[in-house]
Amino acid sequence: MHGRPRKPLKPVDEAAVAAKAEKLRALQSEFLSNHQNKIYSKEAVELSAKLLEINPELYTAWNYRKLAVQQNLAQCESDPESVNSILDEELKVVENALRQNFKSYGAWHHRKWVLEKGHSSMDKELGLLDKFQAMDARNFHAWNYRRFVAALMKRSDEDELEHTQNMIDKNLSNYSAWHNRSVLLSNLMKKAAPGFTSKDEVLTREYELVREALFTDEDDQSGWFYHLWLLDQTVRSEFPLLVSSWPVEGSDISLPAADYLDGCASMNVFHYSSRNFPLVLYFNQSVRGVNSSTVSVSCGFNLNIDLIWKPLSSTDSQSAKVWATHLAIPDAELHSSEAYQVEVKVGFSQGIVSTTGVAYSHPSQISFQLHLQKTPLESGQDSRFGRIQWKDDCFAVYEPGSAEPDLVNLLDNLTIKNEVESTASTWQARIIDDETNIFRDLLDCKIGKLTVARLLTAYNSLRPLDKPVHCKEVLELYSELMKLDPSHYQYYKDNHSLVLLQQVTSSKESLLSRCFHYRDSTLSTNGSPLCLRLNNLAISQLGSFEKLLWVQMLDLSNNELQSIEGLEALQLLSQLCLSNNKFRSFTALESLRYLKSLKVLDISQNEIGSHSIDTTRYLFRSPLSHSVGSCDWNINYLSSETYWEAFFVLKDMGLTQLDVAGNAITSKSFNVFLEKLLPTLKWLDGVEVN
Amino acid sequence: MGELAADKHVKYILAVEKRKDNFESAVLEHLRMNGAYWGLTTLDLLGKLDAVDSNEIIEWILKCQHESGGFAGNVGHDPHILYTLSAIQVLALFDKLNVLDVDKVSTYIAGLQNEDGSFSGDIWGEVDTRFSYIAICGLSILKCLDKINVERAVNYIISCRNVDGGFGCTPGGESHAGQIFCCVAALAITGALHYVDKDLLGWWLCERQVKSGGLNGRPEKLPDVCYSWWVLSSLTMIDRVHWISKEKLIKFILNCQDTENGGISDRPDDAVDIFHTYFGVAGLSLLEYPGVKAVDPAYALPVDVVDRIFFGK
Repeated sequence: MHGRPRKPLKPVDEAAVAAKAEKLRALQSEFLSNHQNKIYSKEAVELSAKLLEINPELYTAWNYRKLAVQQNLAQCESDPESVNSILDEELKVVENALRQNFKSYGAWHHRKWVLEKGHSSMDKELGLLDKFQAMDARNFHAWNYRRFVAALMKRSDEDELEHTQNMIDKNLSNYSAWHNRSVLLSNLMKKAAPGFTSKDEVLTREYELVREALFTDEDDQSGWFYHLWLLDQTVRSEFPLLVSSWPVEGSDISLPAADYLDGCASMNVFHYSSRNFPLVLYFNQSVRGVNSSTVSVSCGFNLNIDLIWKPLSSTDSQSAKVWATHLAIPDAELHSSEAYQVEVKVGFSQGIVSTTGVAYSHPSQISFQLHLQKTPLESGQDSRFGRIQWKDDCFAVYEPGSAEPDLVNLLDNLTIKNEVESTASTWQARIIDDETNIFRDLLDCKIGKLTVARLLTAYNSLRPLDKPVHCKEVLELYSELMKLDPSHYQYYKDNHSLVLLQQVTSSKESLLSRCFHYRDSTLSTNGSPLCLRLNNLAISQLGSFEKLLWVQMLDLSNNELQSIEGLEALQLLSQLCLSNNKFRSFTALESLRYLKSLKVLDISQNEIGSHSIDTTRYLFRSPLSHSVGSCDWNINYLSSETYWEAFFVLKDMGLTQLDVAGNAITSKSFNVFLEKLLPTLKWLDGVEVN
Repeated sequence: MGELAADKHVKYILAVEKRKDNFESAVLEHLRMNGAYWGLTTLDLLGKLDAVDSNEIIEWILKCQHESGGFAGNVGHDPHILYTLSAIQVLALFDKLNVLDVDKVSTYIAGLQNEDGSFSGDIWGEVDTRFSYIAICGLSILKCLDKINVERAVNYIISCRNVDGGFGCTPGGESHAGQIFCCVAALAITGALHYVDKDLLGWWLCERQVKSGGLNGRPEKLPDVCYSWWVLSSLTMIDRVHWISKEKLIKFILNCQDTENGGISDRPDDAVDIFHTYFGVAGLSLLEYPGVKAVDPAYALPVDVVDRIFFGK
C-alpha cells in the first residue's frame, strides 16, 4: 500500500498477475476450510506458513496457528524437546513473515504470544532486535517489542538507558531513541534511583547530550521535542500554588443594597451584586479538592451555608486551574453601612492536590473589606443602562479620582506572593541562562529563534513577581519566525499574542492606560462602568487571565481571536465585545456559559455559520461527548431548527443585549429563535425586543 | 492548483468494489470490511453513496458476523474489533444500524476490555490504543458506552501519553500520528480532552507539515496522504488546525491524485489504493474543500450521519 510506484500494467503482466491471484485465492480458500473444520495436520499447518510468508497480514492464519500450537502442545506436554521444537517453528514462521513485512502487527504479536510461554532467551531476542533496529532504527514495532522483552526479562532501566545512548551515539537523528530515553529517565527520576536524584545534575547532562542533535542539522527534528521536555522539567513548578484571586488581597469593595438589581449604578466604578458575589482562586496548575473544608471563608456576618466551589473546566468535573464560588449575602445584613472584613483561607486543611499528585502545602490567606451600601439613585434615572455601543467616542480615558483608590491598589497586588518562589533555587535560572547563551549562536535558523524565544519566556516564568524582561526581543523573534516559516505562521502568531498580552498586563501603568470609562448620556460619569479595552491589537490567542480577574467590562473587538478558552476565569464579566474577530461557531464561545454575570454580549462580524468544520465541538461536554458520569443534556428542549450549538451555549444566560449581525448564521428565523431562547433580552442587533 | 477529480475517484471506487480477479484484492481480501468503510465513506463524502446497492452490501456484512457478535474482515475469517467497527460505521452510513442485534455486538466489544482498562483486538489478546478508540467509537454509535468501564478506559489511554504530548500504542510507545488520532478521538468522545495538552501536542502535530506541504506521521519520516487524516483530524479536535498551511496541504493531496484513472496514492506518482483515496478525500473535507461533505473528526463519518445518530435528525 505504501511506496509503490504508479505504473500502467502491460497486457502480458496482467495475465501473469491474474494467475498469481487465482493461485493465492485457492490457497486461502483451502486454508479457511482447514480452519473452519479445525484441521491441524502437518500439511494444513504448513499451508498456513506458506500463506503467511506471502501475506503476513492474513490475521486469521496467525489465529489458526495459535490453535494448532495449543492442540499440539497439549499432545506432548511432558516432552520438553517437542515443546521447544513446536515453539521454535513458530518463531521461524514469524521471522520469515517479518522478513516480508517487518511492520506486520500480526507477526510481532505472534512472537510475543510464543515468548509468553516462556520460550526463547533474552540474548536471542535482543540479537534479533539489534538486527531489526539496524535495518530500520525507527521501526516502532521493534521498539515496542524491545520494551516488551526488557520487561519480561526484567532488564534494568539503567541498562536500557545505556542502549538508547548507544543508538544515539550511532545516529543522533533517532527520534525513537530519544523518546525511549525520555520514558526511562522519567521512570528513574520518579523512583529516585541512585544517580538520578538531583534534577539539576540529570538535566544538565541531558541538555549537553541533546545539544549536538540540535546543532548538527538545524532542520532535523529528532532532538527538538526532547529539548522542549527538558525545558519544561527545568521550569515546571513542582508545587501547586495560588497565583491570583478575586477579590485581590487588601481590596475594599462596595456592594449595593438589595433594592438595586444586579450590575446597576453605584458610587464607584465597580458594580457588584450582593446576591451573586464571586470568589475566584487561580492556581498555577490544575488542582482538585477545593471545597468548603479546604477553603474557609469567614466574614463579620454569618454566611451560613457551606459554599460550593466549582472547577471552571469544560470537561473535567473534578479539577481545574481556576475555582469559583458565589457568596449570597443575606438580606438582613444589608441595612447597615459597616465595613466587614472577609478572610479566605486556602489550604490550611489538607485536601487540595494537583492532578500530578502533589499536595498543596503553601497555605494562603486573602483578606478584603466589604462595605454594604444603600445608595439612592438620582431621581428620574433608570437603574439600568441604555444600549451599550462599543464605539471609540463612547469611551473616555480613565482618570483616577478619589472614589477609586481601589483600582490602583488592586493593580499593584494582582500577583500573589508565594514564599517558595522567592527562595527559588538558582540552578533553574543558571540552566536557562546557559542554554540561552548557547542558543544565541543558532539565531540564524528556525529552531534557534524558537528556542531562544522559549528560553526568554521561561526565564520570566521563574520570576512571576517581577516585570517580564526581553518581551520586545521575544516578540521580534516570533515576528521573524512568521516570515521564515510561513507554513506555521499561525503557531508563531498565537505565541506572539500571548507574549504581547503578558507585556500589556505586566504593569499597572500599562493596564491603566487601557482602562476607560464608558460614557452613557443618560448617566453621569460617576456611575459608568470601567472598561478594559484590548481591541485592535491583532491578537489571535488570549492569555494572562490571572491578571484580569477584576475585569467587568472588556472590549476585545477587532482582533484575530477564534477562541476564548480561559475567559471563564473572569467571573465578574458583565459586558463583553468580541466583534470583528474570527469566531467560527457558537461552540467556540462555550466559556461564556460560566459567566453568570454576563448581560451584554457582542459577537457581530464574525464567521459563525461560514464553516463546515467545527474545530471546537469536542472541547466541552455535549451529546456528542459522553463525560465520565451522566450527561445533563435534555434534548426535549431542543428547537426544531438546527441551532443546537447556539442553544447549548446561550440557553441559561440572562443577557439583556446581544449583537450577532454580520455572521453567516443570522437570519430572520435565527433571530426569532434567539428571542425565544433569551427572555431577558432587551436589545437584539440594536433593535428593541418586544 | 489542480482540482479534485471527484468523478474519477467515484468510478475508481466502484470498479475496485467489483474487481475480484487481481492480486491486490486477493491479498487484501481479509480486510474487505475496512475497504468497504473506506470506499463507501468516500462515496458519501462525494455525495454518491446511492451509486451502490446498499442491500447487497448489508447482506454481505451480516454474513461476516460471528456467533460471538464480532465481525470478520470477510466471510469465513475470524472476528476482530477492527472489522466490527467498520461494520458498524458502514451500517451507520446507510442508516441501517437497526439490522444489528445491538446487545450482541456491544457485548462482544465490551468483553474485550481488560482489567487495566485497555482493549484487546480479539480473544488472542493483542493490546493497542487503536482498539481503545474502536471500542469507544463503536459503543458510542450504538449508545452503549456504559457497557464498559469508561474511567479505566480513559486512564489507560492517559498512561500511553508521552512527554511530547502525543500518544503511543501501549504505555511507553512512541508518539505516532495514527495512535494520536485514536487516543485524541477516544478522549473527545468520552468528554476527556482536558487530558490533552493542546499547545504541546498542537506543536508536535503542526510540525508534521514538511516543505512539500504534505504531512508525515512522526519526525523525520516521509509525508503521506493518510496523515492528512490522522494529523489533521487530531489538530481539528484540539482546535489547532490553523497552525498548519491549509493551502499547501490541499495542493499536496491534489498532487497525489491519479487524475486519469482515479484514486489517490500515498505520495505523488505512487500507486493508488482505496485506503489513501479515503484519507485524501477526508483530509480535503477537514480543509473545507468545496464539493466535499463535512466529516466528523472523531467518529470519522460524515457530520450529517453523526448528527442523525445523536440528534435524531
